[in-house]
Amino acid sequence: MKKIINHPEAVVEEMLEGVVKAHPQYVRKLEGFNVLVRANGPVNGKVALVSGGGSGHEPSHGGFVGRGMLDGAVAGAVFTSPTPDQVFEAVKAVDGGAGVLLVIKNYTGDIMNFEMAAEMADMESIKVASVVVNDDVAVENSTWTTGRRGIAGTVFIHKIAGAAAEKGMDLDEVKRVAEKTIANVRSMGMSLTPCTVPAAGKPSFELAENEMEVGLGIHGEPGTHRDEIKTADEITTHLVEKILEDIDYSQSEVALLINGLGGTPLMELYIMNRKVSSILAEKGIKVYKTLVGNFMTSLEMAGASVSILKLDEELKELLDATADTPAFTQL
Amino acid sequence: MTRDQLLKVIEEITIVIEENKVHLTDLDQAIGDGDHGINLNRGFRAVKEKLESLRDKDCGTILKTAAMSLISTVGGASGPLYGTAFMKAGAVVAGKEYISVEDSIKMFDEAIQGIIARGKASRGDKTMLDVLVPAFEAWKVAFEEGESTEKASEKMLGAAYQGLEYTKTIIAKKGRANYLGERSIGHQDPGATSSCIILKTIVDVMAKGE
Repeated sequence: MKKIINHPEAVVEEMLEGVVKAHPQYVRKLEGFNVLVRANGPVNGKVALVSGGGSGHEPSHGGFVGRGMLDGAVAGAVFTSPTPDQVFEAVKAVDGGAGVLLVIKNYTGDIMNFEMAAEMADMESIKVASVVVNDDVAVENSTWTTGRRGIAGTVFIHKIAGAAAEKGMDLDEVKRVAEKTIANVRSMGMSLTPCTVPAAGKPSFELAENEMEVGLGIHGEPGTHRDEIKTADEITTHLVEKILEDIDYSQSEVALLINGLGGTPLMELYIMNRKVSSILAEKGIKVYKTLVGNFMTSLEMAGASVSILKLDEELKELLDATADTPAFTQL
Repeated sequence: MTRDQLLKVIEEITIVIEENKVHLTDLDQAIGDGDHGINLNRGFRAVKEKLESLRDKDCGTILKTAAMSLISTVGGASGPLYGTAFMKAGAVVAGKEYISVEDSIKMFDEAIQGIIARGKASRGDKTMLDVLVPAFEAWKVAFEEGESTEKASEKMLGAAYQGLEYTKTIIAKKGRANYLGERSIGHQDPGATSSCIILKTIVDVMAKGE
């Protein structure tokens, strides 16, 4: 394992210290907890948004704490859901009296830990609602299984529900907008290399020089299948087709997120975006806004995901609203 | 089982989980996200630090304290699940300094019900329940049939290992392994493995009769 770290067990805390030193105008860390909250929070009378999950997805989620997006982000160990007490501390710290919306990615562990935190908040009479993001079309959706994973599309929920809260909507309304966004966003990813969890010390899987893993999540877990590596256009076409099969985007306007998994240069992400745009243009789907970059990473994994969000007037307005956070600023 | 034996069981579990950290993580890398051993070891290390302060406490308090440590340090799915299991088992023996056979059956049952409620899983989903449920049933039936503790333990562990083997043959329906679909067949479930290890440790300590 080759990493710039001091000790595998110290990576999360040391990273958070570094984040706070870099962005003191945006975030502070709750003493004794791996939780980042707005430097000037809580915001009185505003619905607060808390997200979080395992670490290793930077800038998610701490990078999106700031005006117009999240109020708090809870950082678990690498790829491991944070514990309920940590989430509960975040909820207490950000509650401005209007309640707290938990934005959870659909993983068994995340749901259990956030649910337990919500139960704790309930006992202290803090109003809490939650939404579960499940945008990954690589995974079969079934009532009998865990269902789809939450991956990069989650960033759209942070942005849009964050804007709704900032606008003064109440908890039910913010939740409604978050759920509408979840219902309209789909993602799919692929990777060229595995990644190494610091505490594990070795890669999560192995890929030959000519292989890629398709339909994988953001935790180095294996994907739906393995394939021979293809051209950027072929890879992108496959990802986009899977997404377009899932919901009807025809005649609609969409927002795109071409997300890097940590080890893929922007050059390659833009090459992918070129193809995504041309496929959508052919199908008469209008691209309203495009984001390209590392938003939801998987440590040093080389790979990318494509997320497509179907927009209506309300979502467009909220997507356009200003935001000011360490990792996403829109004036 | 006396309070001292309970403390010994927990202490031994912390040691055995540490020894199996890499093994559990390897199993998890095959079908999950590769952190099961790391997470459990972090949790039980936190439990170990609390043991000294629990020497004169009742069995309920010991288990509840262990539960809180697990819930607040493990994370992932295994933290809430094992934490809930210890919490529910502890509630059965609140204020008691001795765990009777009847208590153990009730504790085992409550722990499993807690895991089911928290994880919304059932037997056959390729989870720890595939070990725990048959192990519990074997344990209960053995006593109903008038078997000795020794014989009941043997039957319970037999059922647990059979359940563990069974996890290799089925598709995961819970946890991150379920994203693999049929690719999860052939792999032994990490959570079922750690449950087996814990049950075996309990039996080993009781057998020593310390």
